[in-house]
Amino acid sequence: MPADFNWAVGGEAGDGIDSTGKIFAQALSRAGRHVFTSKDFASRIRGGYTAYKVRTSVDKVQSVVDRLDVLIALTPRTIEENLDELHEGSVIIYDGERTTMQDVEIPEEMIGIDVPLKRLAEEAGGAIMRNVVALGAACEVAEFPIENLDSALEKRFSDKGQKLVDNNKEAARAGRSYVAEEYDHEFDYNLETTDEDYVLLNGDEAIGMGAIAAGCRFYAGYPITPATDVMTYLTGRIERYGGHVVQAEDELSAINMALGAARGGARSMTATSGPGIDLMTETFGLIATSETPLVICNVMRSGPSTGMPTKQEQGDLNQMLYGGHGEVPRFVLAPTTIAECFWKTVEAFNLAEKYQLPVYLTADLSMAVTEQTFSPDTFDMDEVEIDRGNVVDETTIDDHMSESGGFQPHEITDDGISPRAFPGTADGAHMSTGLEHDEQGRRTEDTEMRVEQVDKRNRKVETAREREDWSPREFGDEDADTLVVTWGSNEGALAEAVEFLADDGLDVRVLSVPYIFPRPDLSEDVEAAESVIVVECNEQGQFADLVEHDVLERVDRINKYNGVRFKADELADDIKETLAAGVEA
Amino acid sequence: MSSDIRFTDFKSDKQPTWCPGCGDFGTMNGMMKALAETGNDPDNTFVVAGIGCSGKIGTYMHSYALHGVHGRALPVGTGVKMARPDIEVMVAGGDGDGYSIGAGHFVHAVRRNVDMTYVVMDNRIYGLTKGQASPTSREDFETSTSPEGPKQPPVNPHALALASGATFIAQSFSSDALRHQEIIQKAVEHDGFGFVNVYSPCVTFNDVDTYDYFRDSLVDLKEEDHDPSDKDAAKDVIFDDETEHQGIIYQDEESVPYHERHGVDEDMSVIPDGAPEGATDLVREFY
Repeated sequence: MPADFNWAVGGEAGDGIDSTGKIFAQALSRAGRHVFTSKDFASRIRGGYTAYKVRTSVDKVQSVVDRLDVLIALTPRTIEENLDELHEGSVIIYDGERTTMQDVEIPEEMIGIDVPLKRLAEEAGGAIMRNVVALGAACEVAEFPIENLDSALEKRFSDKGQKLVDNNKEAARAGRSYVAEEYDHEFDYNLETTDEDYVLLNGDEAIGMGAIAAGCRFYAGYPITPATDVMTYLTGRIERYGGHVVQAEDELSAINMALGAARGGARSMTATSGPGIDLMTETFGLIATSETPLVICNVMRSGPSTGMPTKQEQGDLNQMLYGGHGEVPRFVLAPTTIAECFWKTVEAFNLAEKYQLPVYLTADLSMAVTEQTFSPDTFDMDEVEIDRGNVVDETTIDDHMSESGGFQPHEITDDGISPRAFPGTADGAHMSTGLEHDEQGRRTEDTEMRVEQVDKRNRKVETAREREDWSPREFGDEDADTLVVTWGSNEGALAEAVEFLADDGLDVRVLSVPYIFPRPDLSEDVEAAESVIVVECNEQGQFADLVEHDVLERVDRINKYNGVRFKADELADDIKETLAAGVEA
Repeated sequence: MSSDIRFTDFKSDKQPTWCPGCGDFGTMNGMMKALAETGNDPDNTFVVAGIGCSGKIGTYMHSYALHGVHGRALPVGTGVKMARPDIEVMVAGGDGDGYSIGAGHFVHAVRRNVDMTYVVMDNRIYGLTKGQASPTSREDFETSTSPEGPKQPPVNPHALALASGATFIAQSFSSDALRHQEIIQKAVEHDGFGFVNVYSPCVTFNDVDTYDYFRDSLVDLKEEDHDPSDKDAAKDVIFDDETEHQGIIYQDEESVPYHERHGVDEDMSVIPDGAPEGATDLVREFY
């Protein structure tokens, strides 16, 4: 297990908790330590409490744990909220001069460090820096060289002038000195530094960076927790690469704008959370049936309805797989780590354009707001490959014309993939529609063409199954009798859980699945294991249902989808034929 | 792009299924002529259509086109134009599509002032669903779902546009072919969001707002010494409940379209084969 150190700062919303925590996390990252952060926002009791937690080690950390070693408590409630995680010997840094903290009781088995944060901050240039004084105090407690804070402070405050940076550095040193002088105590921590270079980012940022890397030029969205950071990240950045972000009036508009940009030939994307997906589902069928490439990012949160908007859940799997009326081919990708948020975003854009369909890219709250350190090589831009699929130009369009001379954006092909012409391409003018259509995109209710188009759209999925790599990531003991399967953001916690289990002499094999549809065939793995456990952050076990579905006995099927209902005599014949085919087989 | 484009080049090979005499024929002809007259051709034009009788227009015209979801035509047009400033974008829909299910988008599309044309084929009725009240139906207009009339005032689309910060507001009549074409053309040429409400009578389900009614009652602002750049004068026209007008009601000559305000002027369909140049800077920001 990593020799990890767990630290938090907590207080009321508005106390600057986020930026304080981020400064400390960045300082650790700059000092060559791995960092994994998490946030408590909103309340278990009543509104207002917020905390930023940091787990750090010289080894890789990829999960949170239920242990807190040092806590900066700006309010009594911060201590109450974290009693379960604090332990014997935990250090609590607080300002006993703050009115609300005067009567605070530090549990006996813990070490209270009373630092006049506000007074020291005022001496350094302003009360607003009291959290930085606390950071300095924390550096002393954790034996973490305070110089590492400097670069993080510079990053945070440099645009506000050198004076402010210097004041903050002084405030940090005041906190450190105060603890050194007033507390003659040996703390058990020693946060070593290394020469490693790390970058620190969260899942939303990784998705945004992946989108720019993939050539996404247009983003339309409507703010919603916890997807807003994708939009915030892109705003001001995508413009540097010739792109644009629009804040739409609602999610209905956002997805239609994104659709419009995609029809214009841009790589286009929107991001939202469950309630936004509900609205966007209106347009989902149109995207799929008009064969428009679009990346729809769903950063899940706890539902249903408004649910617990700032809490974790992986409850939208069925919505993404089955949402929308009619039968709509779509892909669903679920990156399993923050680094994968970047790469799967790139992949989502390629898949969307190669197969000309909507791709759900789903993360969740815990991944979106969690920051983690990675080697910068993890995001090697030279490794980014762009595949735009079957786009025709003036020279190649002639091969895709109907007998009457119209371009055929829904041409019936063996692999189901048709040519795409961007507006402005000579002789490429065509209609895209949510109506069933012929090869030229013209409305039709012809029973044969209907079936041909449905089959063609579904054939793209079969083609993708064959051409792409949908394998899960595997770790743990490959010969273990117990198979644990998971999807999405649980991978980090599971990877560390495997080590805990190994310490207890229990070996497990883990498959972490980033592809929900199409997905890897796990039936052999499931059948080979003595026991199979599916881990996911929801109540119904939506992915477990899929795993069970995939290993169930197959039934024969009679399907009709040409727009005409079953007729009795026809159905009798169909059943006879199906039975006969079964006997032959 | 050839320079000898005729308006018939914008016609598709599908025969319209509109009722004989439907105002939408005239509305569409004016749109096609305006597009041809302004030097566009089908391959550099994108038409977005909504749902309803009017929504079929994309099928009967020949251009790049999207026939979308009910009420969301404006956001689609917005996306096309932002990604492709080089493409002429025209959005068309009915009064239900624009002022009922899509009313929210109308307000914000007007505010954004994206350089495109919005043509509302207003027949003051829901035709495709066989005759229910629309948001522009008269208060006492009897229909199958409003036997005594909707008993609520009709939406005033021009007022809605003006209140939302419109830079071009116009009204035309599908039957007055030359004038209708001229007005659409002005909207296409306008630097910003060119909004034209077109009286496009439904001969099957609306026996009140008929060709005769509009022919007899329409007053042309061109003959009224109306100054479209005068916002107060526009306000008077818009809130004049006694008279039906046609013409350019308001045009802001200083209009600065969205793409100029936001510096969105690139053809976004063109991207490199790998990550864009300088993408590694994004990684460095996370140090």
